[in-house]
Amino acid sequence: MVDFDFGVIIRSAGYLFYEGMAFTLFLTFFAGTLGFALGILLAVLRSSSYRPVRWLAATYVNTIRSLPLVLVIFWFFFLVPFVTQWVVGSPRPVAVGAVWSALITFTLFEAAYFCEIIRSGINGIPRGQIEASSALGFRPVQRFLLIILPQAVRNMTPVILTQLIILFQDTSLVYVVSLTDFLGAAGKIGQRDGRLVEMYLFSAAVYFVICYAASILVRRLSERNTISLARVGS
Amino acid sequence: MAALIDMKLVSKWYGDLHVLKECTASVTKGEVVVICGPSGSGKSTLIKCLNGLEQIQKGTIIVDGIDLGSPKTDLPALRSRIGMVFQHFELFPHLDVLANLTLAQTKVLRRAKAEAEERAMTLLKRVGLEAKARSYPAQLSGGQQQRVAIARALAMDPVAVLFDEPTSALDPEMISEVLDVMVALAREGTTMVAVTHEMGFARQVADRVIFMDGGEIVEDAPSGGFFEQPQSERARAFLSKILAHTAG
Repeated sequence: MVDFDFGVIIRSAGYLFYEGMAFTLFLTFFAGTLGFALGILLAVLRSSSYRPVRWLAATYVNTIRSLPLVLVIFWFFFLVPFVTQWVVGSPRPVAVGAVWSALITFTLFEAAYFCEIIRSGINGIPRGQIEASSALGFRPVQRFLLIILPQAVRNMTPVILTQLIILFQDTSLVYVVSLTDFLGAAGKIGQRDGRLVEMYLFSAAVYFVICYAASILVRRLSERNTISLARVGS
Repeated sequence: MAALIDMKLVSKWYGDLHVLKECTASVTKGEVVVICGPSGSGKSTLIKCLNGLEQIQKGTIIVDGIDLGSPKTDLPALRSRIGMVFQHFELFPHLDVLANLTLAQTKVLRRAKAEAEERAMTLLKRVGLEAKARSYPAQLSGGQQQRVAIARALAMDPVAVLFDEPTSALDPEMISEVLDVMVALAREGTTMVAVTHEMGFARQVADRVIFMDGGEIVEDAPSGGFFEQPQSERARAFLSKILAHTAG
């Protein structure tokens, strides 16, 4: 048996968690939150009564969903400085930094997925709910915000959380723009100390524990949802 | 007396399908009108036209002096003054019973929260469900849900309440608890238009019965007359089928 030295984990724990995991969580949280909000907006635009608006939103969502995330990260990393230059009217490309670039990329990418999740949630709301809220005098915006969206989000909570778990794992792709997340930090330490196997085993264990725990939570939630929906339906 | 609800020559098509054919009828304040007829006769469509949930292609509908077809009409504002009770209750499943009753009061009528809650509790008491204020719709039986739905409609202090087959989705043992509430409302002078097969209810409290078939209003008669001497062959055939199993 090769001599493993798991002490390297203890020695590098501060860096691994306070820098690596902190960035992973930062990106998951903000890209998740902002992407969710933008996804709702996209879902609204996709059901707009104006055909060009609907078409634009649909094209965006379908394009993003057809591209690998790594490709999108690359594209945005190189494009964002030019877009920013164009927006602020600067004479040369603006260095926005990899962190902002990654945050923007993940937000825009996740938004496309959240859009489809929210949309299927909205489509699942029975027509009678719309009729009932209209009959009470709610205006279309109130109807959407008070009746339809809360139900759509509630019904889709398991899928939304699953998407967040995927996002949490996908953030490790930021290595392509030289950012250091949890996995990146583990890799760096592993290479520096010649302990790659230990570090990758350890990071696998950490990802597994977090994601598996989260997925159990999701399953609990969806079971509860199914029960309450079944009772509404009866 | 001026009609509260007045429809003239109302026609509606779904594509080529002519679902309402020149329907003319009116409802005065305090009247209880039952709409009945075989399934597919257009009665649910007709009642949904009365608060603009369904659009009409021809004719006019005037409710409380307001023309539903006019582009100037503020449809949500008008709807807030017409209550509606649905076949499948349509309570909001993400809100508890109290919130189901107060949401439109506070957001549409802009009532203060305390006032809305007081009104809600009064109505829940009236339908016998004040103990369920903090329950969620999924925790209630069908009959209880429909009574909450009636209270929700009344909370808006509507000028009239529309009932679209309010007992059709209920198990038989729950029908009477809903009908009891409706009878009490009728006796208090609430203006009601009800699509229903409950002929007992119609006999007991309806002032008039409108009988529809094939998208047409075939008969519009005082309820006594309708049951004793239906004028049309179609109404006679319908009544003989529907009354065959309900003695008395």
